[in-house]
Amino acid sequence: MATLSFSVNGEVRALKLDTRTTLLDALREHLHLTGTKKGCDHGQCGACTVIVGGQRINSCLTLAVMHEGESVTTIEGLGTPEHMHPMQAAFVRHDGFQCGYCTPGQICSAVAVLDEIKAGIPSHVTGDLNAAPHLTNTELRERMSGNICRCGAYSNIAEAITEVAGRPA
Amino acid sequence: MKSFTYEKVNSAEAAASAAASNSNAKFIAGGTNLLDLMKLEIETPSHLIDVNGLGFDKIEPAPDGGLRIGALVRNTTLAADARIRRDYGLLSRALLAGASGQLRNKATTAGNLLQRTRCPYFYDTNQPCNKRSPGSGCAAIGGVTRQHAVIGASDACIATHPSDMAIAMRALDATVQTVRPDGSTRDIPIADLHRLPGDTPHIETTLTSGELITSVTLPKPVGGTHIYRKVRDRASYAFALVSVGAIVQRDGTGRVAVGGVAHKPWRVEAAEAEMPRGAKAVAARLLEGARPTKENAFKLSLVERTLGAVLTEAKG
Repeated sequence: MATLSFSVNGEVRALKLDTRTTLLDALREHLHLTGTKKGCDHGQCGACTVIVGGQRINSCLTLAVMHEGESVTTIEGLGTPEHMHPMQAAFVRHDGFQCGYCTPGQICSAVAVLDEIKAGIPSHVTGDLNAAPHLTNTELRERMSGNICRCGAYSNIAEAITEVAGRPA
Repeated sequence: MKSFTYEKVNSAEAAASAAASNSNAKFIAGGTNLLDLMKLEIETPSHLIDVNGLGFDKIEPAPDGGLRIGALVRNTTLAADARIRRDYGLLSRALLAGASGQLRNKATTAGNLLQRTRCPYFYDTNQPCNKRSPGSGCAAIGGVTRQHAVIGASDACIATHPSDMAIAMRALDATVQTVRPDGSTRDIPIADLHRLPGDTPHIETTLTSGELITSVTLPKPVGGTHIYRKVRDRASYAFALVSVGAIVQRDGTGRVAVGGVAHKPWRVEAAEAEMPRGAKAVAARLLEGARPTKENAFKLSLVERTLGAVLTEAKG
């Protein structure tokens, strides 16, 4: 067993955990934040994507005890049904889902993708490595490739993200 | 997952000595490969040594004009570094061709080099595998081998090394810095880090027990056009069938390393002398002695054609 204290959606939480507990299981089973989903549990589907210290990661492939003192944002921390995050609202508007299981991961990933582009981080499809990347449809699809949607809502997801990106900051 | 104890260490020496005192301990940094394998009980460490606090997270100028990359620098950070993008574009390109945004945010430079094969028989614990369980046999040989090695393999193992980044590091002649439990340090040329499988495919690198990678150093920039071309079954987020990393100079000379074909990044310096004569000549020399299976013989022509495309692109 190990102890852990970290911030989740702005609130400090303390847990006593088996060292084997992944961040995903700590969020879902111990903090009962079930918005974050367990899909493959092997880093292949992206359903468990959360934002830690401003960066998106697969919460299934990291141990909770490795996040002492860190700051985690899950889908519950991005927005609420009454006060949705602009990305959540855009997913609703564009029908960016069907069954909804991959959606929390898609939204966390999408929010982080826009930050990554703003920070000038290039991608596999960026033409000029030394120029600032632009959010084209090709860029967006490449950057979102770690989030699988088996319902195939990709084109609507892409439209939702594009709409949010187009808004003035 | 088997249970384990966990500690965070504050110095590289403490990390190496903690590992030396327990032969069943493992270092953990990004954890994206290790935890996956622990869930499948392919890796069963009894102790994890978290090295994330060691501060090896900087990219600094090296004395000879190159760059020293801390072992803990994340793949995203490395690919996005302005100096890497400008002077070592091959490395940026290779990193960005691998994994997903989420994984690159976690995966480290040293961990990327040490990641294990994605051979499906290595992952399937119901199958014999000399890499997972030494002496048990190789289910890949005689099995489905489309993804497997075509050169440098053995009768014990035909797995490939999965890293894109390592292909670039090999072409760039990187060196790997380590610290051992007795506090001694050494430099390992990247060419000597990964082993061919031989009779001991479970021994994948030349690192000794408890030895910890602290940084990877790139020599000063060599100029030229940097291209990484990866051929895979999906356009994104898939391992390579074949990949070609090349640095091509204006006069047609250059360097080539190939991924997806062997147990280690595949580079044959003698083959590079053929570069001005074109892809066919280079590939013939590079893949001399290849022993493909019926299912993966296509990789030989795929290497030649991918290299051909790369050389054409380099001419602009």
